[in-house]
Amino acid sequence: MENRKTSAYYENRAVQFGVVSTEWLAQAQSATVHPAPSPPLPPSHNDADKPFSVIEEFNAWRKHPDLAEAVAAIRALAAVIRSSKATTMMQLEIQLKSASDSLKRWDTTSISLTAACDLFMRYVTRTSALEYEDFNSAKSRLLERAEKFGEISFKARNIITMLSQDFIFNGCTILVHGFSRVVLQILKFAAQNNKLFRVFCTEGRPDRTGLRLSNELAKLDVPVKLVIDSAVAYTMDEVDMVFVGADGVVESGGIINMMGTYQIAMVAKSMNKPVYVAAESYKFARFYPLDQKDLAPALRPVDFGVPIPSKVEVECSARDYTPPQYLTLLFTDLGVLTPSVVSDELIQLYL
Amino acid sequence: MDPSRRGPRAVIDPIPKFRQVGFFAPPERSQSGPPDPTHSSPQISNSLSPVMIPPARHLSENLLLHAPPAASPLRADSGGGGTSFDSGDFFPAPLSPALPSSSYSSRISGDFFKGNGGKVSASSFPRGGFDLTAMKAAAAPSVVVPASELTTVSVVNDSLGIPEKEKGSRAGGPAVEVKDQPNNSKQKPKTSKAERRALQEAQRAAKAAAKAEGNKASGTAASVNAKPAKAAKPAQKIENAAVAAPEKKGGEIPPEKDRKKDAPQPRMQYDDKSRVEKAKRRAVVKQTEARNRVELFRHLPQYEHGSQLPDLEARFFHLSPVHPAVYKVGLQYLTGDISGANARCIAMLQAFQEAIKDYKVPQEKTLVRDLTAKVSSYVSYLIECRPLSISMGNAIRFLKSRIAKLPLNLSESEAKASLLSDIERFISEKIILANKVIVKHAVTKIRDGDVLLTYGSSSAVEMILLHAHELGRQFRVVVVDSRPKLRGQLLLRRLVEKGLSCSYTHINAVSYIMHEVTRVFLGASSVLSNGTVYSRVGTACIAMVAHAFRVPVIVCCEAYKFHERVQLDSICSNELGDPDVISNVLGREDVHHLDGWANIENLQLLNLIYDATPSDYVSMIVTDYGMVPPTSVPVIVREYGREQPSFLFRNFGYFCLYSPVLEKSANFRLSRKIEPCILIICNNSF
Repeated sequence: MENRKTSAYYENRAVQFGVVSTEWLAQAQSATVHPAPSPPLPPSHNDADKPFSVIEEFNAWRKHPDLAEAVAAIRALAAVIRSSKATTMMQLEIQLKSASDSLKRWDTTSISLTAACDLFMRYVTRTSALEYEDFNSAKSRLLERAEKFGEISFKARNIITMLSQDFIFNGCTILVHGFSRVVLQILKFAAQNNKLFRVFCTEGRPDRTGLRLSNELAKLDVPVKLVIDSAVAYTMDEVDMVFVGADGVVESGGIINMMGTYQIAMVAKSMNKPVYVAAESYKFARFYPLDQKDLAPALRPVDFGVPIPSKVEVECSARDYTPPQYLTLLFTDLGVLTPSVVSDELIQLYL
Repeated sequence: MDPSRRGPRAVIDPIPKFRQVGFFAPPERSQSGPPDPTHSSPQISNSLSPVMIPPARHLSENLLLHAPPAASPLRADSGGGGTSFDSGDFFPAPLSPALPSSSYSSRISGDFFKGNGGKVSASSFPRGGFDLTAMKAAAAPSVVVPASELTTVSVVNDSLGIPEKEKGSRAGGPAVEVKDQPNNSKQKPKTSKAERRALQEAQRAAKAAAKAEGNKASGTAASVNAKPAKAAKPAQKIENAAVAAPEKKGGEIPPEKDRKKDAPQPRMQYDDKSRVEKAKRRAVVKQTEARNRVELFRHLPQYEHGSQLPDLEARFFHLSPVHPAVYKVGLQYLTGDISGANARCIAMLQAFQEAIKDYKVPQEKTLVRDLTAKVSSYVSYLIECRPLSISMGNAIRFLKSRIAKLPLNLSESEAKASLLSDIERFISEKIILANKVIVKHAVTKIRDGDVLLTYGSSSAVEMILLHAHELGRQFRVVVVDSRPKLRGQLLLRRLVEKGLSCSYTHINAVSYIMHEVTRVFLGASSVLSNGTVYSRVGTACIAMVAHAFRVPVIVCCEAYKFHERVQLDSICSNELGDPDVISNVLGREDVHHLDGWANIENLQLLNLIYDATPSDYVSMIVTDYGMVPPTSVPVIVREYGREQPSFLFRNFGYFCLYSPVLEKSANFRLSRKIEPCILIICNNSF
């Protein structure tokens, strides 16, 4: 059955941020000691005889722990332009289109990948100036735009970090769920600026990404408390705000994120605690789920530590959808938005 | 900036006032309206979007962190909006020196009437030609006044008439209003409707007197003076003048054309007797007004049904100012042969096409102005048959803007051809193609095993269901219906014929059936700027029950039906159906408890046609621009609703609104319940 296929996106996240073994500390250590290829170094694909594959390119980029999936996709698509042997604009556009389609098909569960591909196509190809120039200058212009887009996406995290600092006040307690690079950077920056705050990390079963985050925060001397996923409601009255990342921000203004975000947001809402989402704008997707089952299932293995009888079914979806009414604000590189503005931005981007 | 926004401001004013029905009390508004920048400025400062205010407790030790880039544009926005509002709105520069400051009421009221002067208004407001007698009288020697009368009567395009009106009415208007002022302040304490009406009569008489005096003094407008003597109904003429007078301020703003189009769509308030009288006189359809009207809905037209048709049919072959094709469509509206927003709109547009084909420009007239007047007269005829739906209103607005934008160098036949093709394109693009796109989007939300509930009969929903069935999705449909129209039966028949498995029930059972439903698909007559869905009565009930059962509610509506108005309840704007149809039960002769209800003094039957569903109960709106949350309706209205957006406010608030919306929200009704909401909206957008 095709549905049983596990999600590449979540597998990659588990590999990068998950802590599956008990020696998680060591593993995290090794991950930081061995940084994968640094951004300026593109994977070797220059040998002309080997056919260029956008997926390989993308896979090479996404191994980089600091690089978001979407940025990797953008870099891979830029490489498509660079290596293209097309002689007309139309050919190039078709090539680009097929490359982005194959990327999207390669992992349908990754919303940010899909969104980034769409956005890239919009951003790069929608320029009227292209039609009046000769092919080579047009191509170099496309490349320029692609680079710029990659850069913008890369910078997005810094912008979000700056924007969100106003919301972290001294003495506050922040609950975080899962491992989000943006949230980590926000907290890191706040800590470096001598803000005094406390962080509760959920465990983030099954890949236990929360452990990884708590490890990172402990290094920064931020007081951290690990909370098992089921203790969220128990600890919520001590919490001042909830910070989560997002795998995707959908048209309704809701987010798709790691399993458990929905229930945390619900608990927070019922206790009147603000829920802040940090997400780059390339995660905005033109997609409107009505309920949880409306998402394409993204599966991932769940390890219970003991053998599960075959008659027992296991829910192994990796993500859930949090409707907009449970979210307070979204911190994006477009600014601090209320959930309802997401759709406005999307309409302006895509129509 | 724009004086027409003074109206809304008046509403926002915190001075408490009693509930007021109808348009006819500008004095009230003037009470609260008087210029208080002191009042307004705090609001503006508060308006720094609630969204952006960071938690209060943060320490500002870090300079680097204190210029959030996103915040700055917002602040600039709100600041800019605020200041221009202050200066431009309350004291329009050219105006204040010209008029005595105490005549504020005239300016305020002018606002409201100015709104009515817009192009659309002309069409949808039978009041447009105040009295034809005046037109005859206008053959008087004076040059100035006749001009103003003429424009009011023909309502071609007020933008042209305004300057003249200004001249014409300057003589009397302000003076009259000064006189009124003390009266109005006395009126402030609670008065009954009758009392207010009496008071107004008195005011009118006063105006008449003042008018006469003023005219004598100025000497230029002798004809006005003459007319009351000549004609039998002085009161009306005076009112006419009074209406025209405030309109002068509209004329002060140069880019009139655009503003006019933004003007709110006025609605006839049918509890205003004098207006109704006037409208009646020029009506083609002779309607007898129903008795025993429900108190809360007196401002809506209600007629004895069934009385007009034979009369109209008899006159079908007579010479009438209405083109036969339009006449026919009107009759079909009247009998209910054509119903449904899309069907009515298409029928109307096709009738207009016929009319344009047969149209010839009369001598010494220009096509643009004469055709606009023609269309307006057709539209007012159609309104007499049945009040316009919002879709029709939008289509008419489109057509009129097309007529107005015709290049002058076009020959008559070219102009007609271009209009015909424009209408054709509107039908095919905005309605037919839009429906196809909606179907394409909505089908993605139907999964195997779904139970879909729909209410009444919506063409878009029908197409969606049929298409999903063609795609082989396995689902079941619950058709919910309601008396008296039972239009769901038609839908049910068509669905069953195509082999869909259906259930049929009445709205009474909706709470029972809802627990097995997985999706609710609803059609809409319109979606308003605040996400309110304006649709067949009962829709709100379905949506609320679905919400309570946590079933997603999907509203399917073409974007051409979106409207920038804001409506918070179903009372202000609605349509009343024939009360007789709810008094008897089809096929049950033995049920006749309500026979002769019209003669029972203390019984009122209410048959509402539409209701308003708050956006909270709507999960998603499927439109030709994709699937959007209800909060994004204003974005679509703003970006695509009109050919050129007038001016925009971008903000991070819940709604992105621009001033026509505010005008509208103030115009449609002044009730205390509404005020806080409007206040919120304003805060967000300035």
